[in-house]
Amino acid sequence: MAAHLSYGRVNLNVLREAVRRELREFLDKCAGSKAIVWDEYLTGPFGLIAQYSLLKEHEVEKMFTLKGSRLPAADVKNIIFFVRPRLELMDIIAENVLSEDRRGPARDFHILFVPRRSLLCEQRLKDLGVLGSFIHREEYSLDLIPFDGDLLSMESEGAFKECYLESDQTSLYHAAKGLMTLQALYGTIPQIFGKGECARQVANMMIRMKREFTGSQNSIFPVFDNLLLLDRNVDLLTPLATQLTYEGLIDEIYGIQNSYVKLPPEKFAPKKQGDGAKDLPTEAKKLQLNSAEELYAEIRDKNFNAVGSVLSKKAKVISAAFEERHNAKTVGEIKQFVSQLPHMQAARGSLANHTSIAELIKDVTTSEDFFDKLTVEQEFMSGIDTDKVNSYIEDCIAQKHPLIKVLRLVCLQSVCNSGLRQKVLDYYKREILQTYGYEHILTLHNLEKAGLLKPQTGGRNNYPTIRKTLRLWMDDVNEQNPTDISYVYSGYAPLSVRLAQLLSRPGWRSIEEVLRILPGPHFEERQPLPTGLQKKRQPGENRVTLIFFLGGVTFAEIAALRFLSQLEDGGTEYVIATTKLMNGASWIESLMEKPF
Amino acid sequence: MNRTKGDEEEYWNSSKFKAFTFDDEDDELSQLKESKRAVNSLRDFVDDDDDDDLERVSWSGEPVGSISWSIKETAGNSGSNHEREQLKSRNSFSYAQLPKPASTYSLSSFFRGRTRPGSFQSLSDALSDTPAKSYAPELGRPKGEYRDYSNDWSPSDTVRRLRKGKVCSLERFRSLQDKLQLLEEAVSMHDGNVITAVLIFLKKTLSKEILFRELEVRQVALRHLIHFLKEIGDQKLLLDLFRFLDRTEELALSHYREHLNIQDPDKRKEFLKTCIGLPFSAEDSAHIQDHYTLLERQIIIEANDRHLESAGQTEIFRKHPRKASILNMPLVTTLFYSCFYHYTEAEGTFSSPVNLKKTFKIPDKQYVLTALAARAKLRAWHDVDALFTTKNWLGYTKKRAPIGFHRVVEILHKNSAPVQILQEYVNLVEDVDTKLNLATKFKCHDVVIDTYRDLKDRQQLLAYRSKVDKGSAEEEKIDAILNSSQIRWKN
Repeated sequence: MAAHLSYGRVNLNVLREAVRRELREFLDKCAGSKAIVWDEYLTGPFGLIAQYSLLKEHEVEKMFTLKGSRLPAADVKNIIFFVRPRLELMDIIAENVLSEDRRGPARDFHILFVPRRSLLCEQRLKDLGVLGSFIHREEYSLDLIPFDGDLLSMESEGAFKECYLESDQTSLYHAAKGLMTLQALYGTIPQIFGKGECARQVANMMIRMKREFTGSQNSIFPVFDNLLLLDRNVDLLTPLATQLTYEGLIDEIYGIQNSYVKLPPEKFAPKKQGDGAKDLPTEAKKLQLNSAEELYAEIRDKNFNAVGSVLSKKAKVISAAFEERHNAKTVGEIKQFVSQLPHMQAARGSLANHTSIAELIKDVTTSEDFFDKLTVEQEFMSGIDTDKVNSYIEDCIAQKHPLIKVLRLVCLQSVCNSGLRQKVLDYYKREILQTYGYEHILTLHNLEKAGLLKPQTGGRNNYPTIRKTLRLWMDDVNEQNPTDISYVYSGYAPLSVRLAQLLSRPGWRSIEEVLRILPGPHFEERQPLPTGLQKKRQPGENRVTLIFFLGGVTFAEIAALRFLSQLEDGGTEYVIATTKLMNGASWIESLMEKPF
Repeated sequence: MNRTKGDEEEYWNSSKFKAFTFDDEDDELSQLKESKRAVNSLRDFVDDDDDDDLERVSWSGEPVGSISWSIKETAGNSGSNHEREQLKSRNSFSYAQLPKPASTYSLSSFFRGRTRPGSFQSLSDALSDTPAKSYAPELGRPKGEYRDYSNDWSPSDTVRRLRKGKVCSLERFRSLQDKLQLLEEAVSMHDGNVITAVLIFLKKTLSKEILFRELEVRQVALRHLIHFLKEIGDQKLLLDLFRFLDRTEELALSHYREHLNIQDPDKRKEFLKTCIGLPFSAEDSAHIQDHYTLLERQIIIEANDRHLESAGQTEIFRKHPRKASILNMPLVTTLFYSCFYHYTEAEGTFSSPVNLKKTFKIPDKQYVLTALAARAKLRAWHDVDALFTTKNWLGYTKKRAPIGFHRVVEILHKNSAPVQILQEYVNLVEDVDTKLNLATKFKCHDVVIDTYRDLKDRQQLLAYRSKVDKGSAEEEKIDAILNSSQIRWKN
């Protein structure tokens, strides 16, 4: 059911199978019928590795979402809580357990922490007097979840904030653990490159963990040639810009969660005869988006302006295929035609869906406001007028556009100017606080701490140097048949991906100066392999690089990396891992201060 | 739960992978009996074979059988289960007679497996090394039970065991030196979970002063402690810590943050008052002061207006009942509110717009924009007019807009101002191109026609003639201009 995970250069189904096995083993520990109580956040990521059928095979009969007060009734022997290690969830669990104790037949409670047990949480359960009620308290190290044939994510929302605001290394530790699991399955990665403080930490942890495992020699032939660890704060710019690939825009506008997107249902109404407009579905249309769908795999990474022509070409091909039936004369020919029907029907359904989605997106991208916003973004990224108050941003505030949109633009301006002039910064701050509320002072401080919004220090703007050296802005961009990664933002080449590109060719030595301007150390480590496992590369064989974004990655960056993988003379294929799939909006939101 | 044939039907009706039926355009083909039969047999074929490849998707797109789908499904049954359970408690016989529930557990599952163990964790269980039975330090077990084992583990062994989720006692590390070594080991492992566990232990066994002093020179551990204190909401210790470290701004912000959790407006106001003297940056200090003043103001306005509204004597509240309370709204929203309900009030009252403008030093631009939006919404065109009228020292009046008249026009249009009003402001737009654009967009025909006339642009005027209604006054006007001999057309 997850065949698409094995299409890539590295078969990620191996990882999926490994985590499925671990899940089965845990379920079998709790003998008898079971009900699972889910931390709702986890159902999405779990959905990527297991279906209900797997749970059912192991006697899971009921599933509930974790909610306060009493558990819904269920005649089962075991109640298992699947939760992230978060204190507020412990309070709810305690409430559940305590109200359960007072009634009904006795049952066994268990708790499964994902991805890690937390002593802090167990302390809280103890304080609430329920810790003793649990028979099994275990952890399920679902660190890296396979999303697609070349994509892994930890789906840890708070990772960026923890790493760069709180300086809490827990999620880095999980990242290192995840990398150790990958190495256990796919062999030791001989070379590690990195840029940034967190990258350095993760590499240190990996090396230390490896030292501790010296007893067992890893005898698997290495699949990955390199690992590149990149701090998100090395490239704060890219996620702030509006992604312009098909998948990126779907994410920007509708938000993709665990490879699912929810869309307004009107455009997807089933066209049946006699179906009046009266019973239009009101529930959002939910679609899964991954490379299992042929058409989507083809268009997801294209610039949105190139999607229309592909869709119309596909439409012609499909209707031609359906026309074929007129040529089918003999029973054999008809049979053959019919045998292709399922595929054709699926293709037609897929085409219909993506035509509808493209229409929805086009409504947005052709709007005046979208155009204005894009113009401002592109001005900033190409270095125009970044040092004064921008009138479009002013207008957005005056018209009370969503705060996240405003913050995203102001941060973009700040990053493209290596910080704002104090007067400009103060002006924006005041406007924002007066229009959206003073309490956002806390959010502004968070943004400042993360380096997204800051006063310019030393009066020097480094961005032009970085832009020119790394060729971040390309004036002639071909959206239809791209020749450079800058197509994903219609002109701006994502800094992070440029770093990866330059590392593979000609090497980072050529950009030492820029690397010194960007925050954090850059480094290289080798993990020696026994001679038997050393790879002799065939001429023309591509290297495989695992690139790990610490603090999140956007779909546009993924598209750019896939573009590089597909280049004929590129020499490197990428597998992408991250703490979280994100976009500018979800990123800024994760940094906003909310009530406890 | 078992998917029955009925579910299967529903799947085909609702999924994107439809059973293969031929719609109208295919009817030629559908006449072929052979293929029809083939298609019908296909159905079975698909059912059996493609089960695994085709992901089943319900209308909402949730793949049938996915976890989130199943939660809805199985939880959906819980209602009836609950009822049944109530029935059962009333009459134990009725249970057997009830139809089998959709989720198929059998009575036998009741008896399967072991009964609830009263004392499920013996000491030997806890001591065994299987992570399944592992215990965190001092968690779940009385202290005494730790005594007789693991006395000789070094700090580094202990940390390693903790990291693997195994049982360890930290209590035996008594000297400060041992405790610090424990902490350093934990930090060098980078495992936040273990670092926190050690910090909990240190927090419990060290005095505040020593703990703070030692952490000050151990930055990683310090950051974990701060994060931990934030997490558990130990605001008091956190503030003490910031005070000790002399991190005054963080102290101030952290204190200020607490107001988010106070719902009662009066209590929140009082709390904000305690923030005013705190060591914020100069800029922020002013904002915090304003935050307090604003809420104080809002409380007064809210009490007053709620009273006015319920009394039902004031026209504005009768005609436009308030949609929400003004409490905790941002400053600009408050200004809008006051321009809407209290526009004419004298400067002396707390709720008057002018008073707000003065108190919070609201810039002209901001003020005009907000007042314009509020008065336009009430269609008080006279107020709008007054907003832009200035008198010079000779007593001549002049129209001036700090926000630019193009913005004025947009806002008026958004509030569906009549054409006569719009026209007046479109005419005040200085840039000719912008003016023409706006006039065309909002169908201010007179402005368009007059502008082309002034530009002596005969071609454009002719082109515009085709856009106005036949036989309308506008058409006549255009014709009159086109026929005028006094204009020297440029084209």
